[in-house]
Amino acid sequence: MSNSNQRSVVSGPDVVLAGGTVVDATGERRLDVVISEGRIAAVGPGLDAEHRIDVGGCLVSPGLVDLHTHLRQPGKEEAETIESGSRAAALGGYTAVLAMPNTTPTTDCAAVVREVLELGRKGLVDVHSSGAITVARAGERLAPMAEMADLGVRIFTDDGSGVQDDRLMRRALEYASGLGVTLAQHCETTSLSEGTCMHEGEWSSRLGLPGQPSEAEELMVMRDIALARLTGARMHFLHLSTAGSVAMVAAARAGGLPITAEAAPHHFTLTDECCAGYDATFKVHPPLRTAADVAAIKHGLASGAIDAIATDHAPHALEEKERPFDQAPPGMLGLEYALALAFTELVDGGTGMTEADVLARLSWQPASIAGMNDHGGPIVEGRPANLCVIDPTARWTVDASGGASRSRNVPYVGREVRGRVRHTFCFGEPVVIDGEAQR
Amino acid sequence: MSAASRARASDVADGPGHLLAMSDLGRAEIEELLSLTDTMVEVNSRPIPKVPALRGRTMVSLFYEDSTRTRLSFETAARRLSADTMSFSVSASSVNKGESVRDTVETIEAMGIDAIVVRHKSSGVPEQIARWSTAAVINAGDGWHQHPTQALLDSYTIRSHLGSLEGRHIAIVGDIKHSRVARSNIEAFTTLGAEVTLVAPPTLLPPSLEPWPVKVSHDLDAVLPSLDVCYLLRMQQERMTEALVPTLREYSSQFELTEKRADRMAPGALIMHPGPMNRGVEIAGAVADRANAVMTEQVANGVAVRMAVLFMLLGSGRYPMRGFPTEDAEPADEPAAQRPDRSVRPDPEDNAAPENNAAPEHNEAKDPR
Repeated sequence: MSNSNQRSVVSGPDVVLAGGTVVDATGERRLDVVISEGRIAAVGPGLDAEHRIDVGGCLVSPGLVDLHTHLRQPGKEEAETIESGSRAAALGGYTAVLAMPNTTPTTDCAAVVREVLELGRKGLVDVHSSGAITVARAGERLAPMAEMADLGVRIFTDDGSGVQDDRLMRRALEYASGLGVTLAQHCETTSLSEGTCMHEGEWSSRLGLPGQPSEAEELMVMRDIALARLTGARMHFLHLSTAGSVAMVAAARAGGLPITAEAAPHHFTLTDECCAGYDATFKVHPPLRTAADVAAIKHGLASGAIDAIATDHAPHALEEKERPFDQAPPGMLGLEYALALAFTELVDGGTGMTEADVLARLSWQPASIAGMNDHGGPIVEGRPANLCVIDPTARWTVDASGGASRSRNVPYVGREVRGRVRHTFCFGEPVVIDGEAQR
Repeated sequence: MSAASRARASDVADGPGHLLAMSDLGRAEIEELLSLTDTMVEVNSRPIPKVPALRGRTMVSLFYEDSTRTRLSFETAARRLSADTMSFSVSASSVNKGESVRDTVETIEAMGIDAIVVRHKSSGVPEQIARWSTAAVINAGDGWHQHPTQALLDSYTIRSHLGSLEGRHIAIVGDIKHSRVARSNIEAFTTLGAEVTLVAPPTLLPPSLEPWPVKVSHDLDAVLPSLDVCYLLRMQQERMTEALVPTLREYSSQFELTEKRADRMAPGALIMHPGPMNRGVEIAGAVADRANAVMTEQVANGVAVRMAVLFMLLGSGRYPMRGFPTEDAEPADEPAAQRPDRSVRPDPEDNAAPENNAAPEHNEAKDPR
């Protein structure tokens, strides 16, 4: 069920995407796709329509779905707005994003959810809202989850921090299971991570920066697996970053627990060595880890232990990121880079994953976790036309502009990547054509 | 040492040189600086300890963290080379009104300066400033990271007593984890050929020592007899609240250099401390006053070392090196023999001031190794 069901269909000429390879959960085939009145009107060979877009050599995929987007509105509009963030999302091939609740005020009640959804309706993509597990994300009292669930919220999280109190987390899981919603945890045990600004290890020791050990994440993963077993509730792990976390989640899933997990592009691309120049662009929570952790995240994505690639797109104003490393806020941009990084690091990075495997983790698997039924579905007649067209051969170099985001904390500047989004259709509206946002 | 340092060294090939970390310097460059320090020690021994080498240059000290001795030492060094100095301290500045480091640096630079000496409680700030600044940046201590001029003055002090660091056994004792002095000294001492043992409880060691060329011990008593230098670090009160050691008393029982322990050191072995000392915590008061405890020499050498660093970074490069010490400077007319010679150089003639380009171009000094 979509929680932004008020979106109006933009009427325009019927469009045929001609000559591409359709990729979805059912496989790959060479077919044309006709979009009409916001829906997929026809799929088949040799189709025609009023407006023809040649997509020869391109992949036609269900639009990407981001489970982890910081749109910063309300509260931090100098860093990002729902409008600018949704434009970045569209350029990155996304047709739906899940806005994180660490806004100001916190998205922890119906009023703020309504504001986010209202602003989201003007966005270039389908903006869904998550809700906080606890009031003000303070980890003390449960937030009114039912009133938010009534507005369509399906994922609850205190992202930015984890729920520290064991008893409260148990109750939250039990309560959530009654509502049929999913709790998503930012796994970080504060007593081991407070005051730290990077991964604890060789590089933190050398740089004289306070580090947090992998165990700060793993202890909470371990606890939450135990609580998921106790309560039987559904549980989603946000941005796993350590080899130990991946192993525990894989084992728990093998044991039949209803657990899902995501990983962020930076955690399969960058290591803690990136912090060597004290550039806070590379500061993120959970922190960039070691090469062994990067390898484990890649393997977890390939093996299926991790279901989704989620950006953790976290814009911050330049002056914030220019503060001393230990004082700068954590987070980095991701929406416009995730797909290309996944093709480059995962498909070309020796994991054995295909482009279709990567799209599963960027589109239909996250859509399923978030219950976004209008997204990620098979490309068949009658479905909402939430699509992206990807040129898998395009090679490009990431620049420092920050793209459509209001911020420019891009940690990939100068990196050569493969795969570029050509067009994005959100409920049939051509929001990106030839790599240009249409509004 | 780090990829970042290597990248930086080449990045600034056309800009000013900086001294951000000991890893910016190779062995030859450190030794060059120590030789230049000999010259500066000689200058400091003159009745009028001043030369015009940096006349017209301006050094600003930008201290975000309290430090009396380091700031005074840099400012004294600059004045003895006839540079102008400006001082910026946080309490008296707009930093308290929320100005960013970058804005402060750009404001100061607009006044026309040649060097920024920076101290900050956050690791990496000098490196950040070096990215934004056209002036030479000298790290006067950043967080737990580096304090390179301290390492140079310590190396100089050891060299002046023991002749060389090659093959010497040096223990650094105490709170290594939070110590920029330790990080710089480990790099300096090992680069100069010394064998370094870190002595501390595991809670006061950095979490990963894997690539460090050091030995580790938790037993000061076992290490003492083989030492040429026992280098003690300041033990801070707040470490107790972080549960890193149970009590100061317990720390002292294991790691304080007491009289009894000091008696077990080899004759001629040195006792050093970067200051300020906690007498009765990491060092017994009576030990601090022993003849082989060279703390005041460290401070005195600090001025000379910082003169050498300033001269290296500012004295050549942008202008042709001129007149150091100039013929027309009064001190140069003093017969060498009449000066108290604290230099370790055997031949005062060798001590003669570097003429013309005797001092190295800074770019040379910054060449990646």
